[in-house]
Amino acid sequence: MSLTFSSVYPLKHARAHEICGNSALAFAAIAAGAAKGAVVWISESWKPTVNPEGLAPYCDPGRLLLTRADSQLTVLASAETALRSGAAGLVVAELSGAIGLTEGRRLQLAAEAGGTTALLLIPEGAGSNAAETRWRCSGTPAPASGPRQNGHDSTHWRWSLIKNKIGTLSEWIVRWDAASHRVIVVSEAGG
Amino acid sequence: MQRRIVSLWFPRLAAERVLRARPVDAPFALSLFDRNSERLYDLCPRAEGFGLNRGMTLVHARSFCPDLLTRPADPNADQRFLRLLARWATRYCPWVGLDGRDGLFLDITGSAHLMGGEEPLIDDIRARLARAGLTARLGLADTPGTAWALARFSEGIAAPGETLARIGALPLSALRLSDQTCTSLERLGIATVSQLYNLPRATVARRYDREVLARLDQALGSLPEQISPLGDEKSFAVRMTLPEPIGLLDDVMAAARRLTAHLCQRLDEAQKGARALKLTFRRVDQESQAVELKLARPMRDGERLVALFERGVSSVDAGYGIDMIRLEALEVEPLGLRQLDRSEGLAKDSLDDLITQLGNRVGLDNIQRFQPVDSHIPERSFKLVPAAYSRAVPDWPCRRPRPIRLFAPEPILGSGFEPPRRFRWRGRLRTVLEAEGPERITPAWWEQDDSWAKGLRDYWRVGTGEGQRLWLFHTPQHPAWFVQGEFG
Repeated sequence: MSLTFSSVYPLKHARAHEICGNSALAFAAIAAGAAKGAVVWISESWKPTVNPEGLAPYCDPGRLLLTRADSQLTVLASAETALRSGAAGLVVAELSGAIGLTEGRRLQLAAEAGGTTALLLIPEGAGSNAAETRWRCSGTPAPASGPRQNGHDSTHWRWSLIKNKIGTLSEWIVRWDAASHRVIVVSEAGG
Repeated sequence: MQRRIVSLWFPRLAAERVLRARPVDAPFALSLFDRNSERLYDLCPRAEGFGLNRGMTLVHARSFCPDLLTRPADPNADQRFLRLLARWATRYCPWVGLDGRDGLFLDITGSAHLMGGEEPLIDDIRARLARAGLTARLGLADTPGTAWALARFSEGIAAPGETLARIGALPLSALRLSDQTCTSLERLGIATVSQLYNLPRATVARRYDREVLARLDQALGSLPEQISPLGDEKSFAVRMTLPEPIGLLDDVMAAARRLTAHLCQRLDEAQKGARALKLTFRRVDQESQAVELKLARPMRDGERLVALFERGVSSVDAGYGIDMIRLEALEVEPLGLRQLDRSEGLAKDSLDDLITQLGNRVGLDNIQRFQPVDSHIPERSFKLVPAAYSRAVPDWPCRRPRPIRLFAPEPILGSGFEPPRRFRWRGRLRTVLEAEGPERITPAWWEQDDSWAKGLRDYWRVGTGEGQRLWLFHTPQHPAWFVQGEFG
């Protein structure tokens, strides 16, 4: 039984999802563009912030509320507060270390209580088992004959679903379509 | 009704203010740095007995009186103290104004009988101030000018209508004239107020400026003089003292809810909103604990405030019980009436509350948002501003493709004008599969920026075989290659 992209991709609402890989930021930016309302982006203050100009093709950077926390513990606590309040459409938390099942479960419960989707950017292999889905995103070279759209390059990403609580795993090659402002599946890589 | 004015003069206000808090048994003076040296600002009578006076340098004073104790003067604190005294003086009459740096005017017209008449009133003021450790000199007359003169030169009461008789013999400086004018008049043989009064007005007006006659008229009452009372300062603080100590969270929150409602009503009347609040709990053992709350927007909505206080209050240690709760708005901002709008208002309110909640965890300045800046330099094309003090910019200008993560340029090995085919970055070998560019960005010569000291940059977007897309640049003026960003 193969898994269709549309059954997992607009990420399940009011759940915690994890993303890793070197294109995780693009995944988060696209999710932020799809979310309604404000996006709370929590990161540790020593990290450079995301570049709003880089986000602009995917989402409106003016909607972002950056929270600069001093440690990973504060990141998690702030994320829980933001999720539970339900005022934001999406909460993105950049994590620099592994989190345990307790932390993951708390975030999951907070997301359910507030009806807000959580997106955790995790280092490779540092996720918790409580997450609804976990994705690995990396860029792949576009085919040489790929369409070039008015300055925006047609990058292809390989989005692998590496954990799924309610189904099987799979992976897809997708690209960003600037005209329709959404991701389009180019091919099913795994299956 | 005949106007009656009391002039109160505190000749040693500054020194006595300090001595009240910390009495000393020695000659005492306050010093202030003025005209290139430490000088005496104010002193106690005992120090005056040693021949010291105001304005003398401290070194000079020490040579007269080696035991002199000094403290730095604080003229601003003296002013605050004087305002405090002005507030105290409203116990005698509602109309109290400041007079220079060390005096007060009280308009006691129609209120003297409350203290049993003018003389008992003066005695009462004097007795109470003496008990407080303050030297005061009082004058009571029909006009502020005469009362001022009496307080300084001949303490006492001028009965209604006998103004000139009381101040006629006083020197000219009793008229609040400048020293220069007084000296000039004295050279003409005019030494007292009555002598000045007897001169033909036309000659005085021709020889001196308007000040001389104006001051004389003010003292005699033919020119009106206003006393401006201090404004009623609004204080946004409420407290509740409890007959029995409480300790349960629900009880404390119920008390906080009542206080908040009361405070919000006051804020509402003044059309203000609180920006920072402090909730202080005093415990039975006299310890006190405070919970501070900084808000993302000025606000006076009681229910929302109580909800925001909940996290802080739950961490308070009640000990043996709390018997006093005080809520104070530390910062208030104007907040006008707002049209009720259920559709959009609620969502915005809850976002503001979220900013407040997060801000109380990580600091309100650490909740930021992006705002575009009109600059072609990639790292300067945006700025971060605190979200609580800014508004979102609705339309973000979409310019050239830029990396999602920008970092400080990291050098890589490479030569030539095209990106290197293989390079080592962050400890790994990268193979370049595709490269797009160059996009030339010239430094902003009108701005000093060391990171752009190498001049022009030719930017390339590079896709690597490892699945990363990087932003490389080459500096043709000082040939070198750098990585500056990562596309998602």
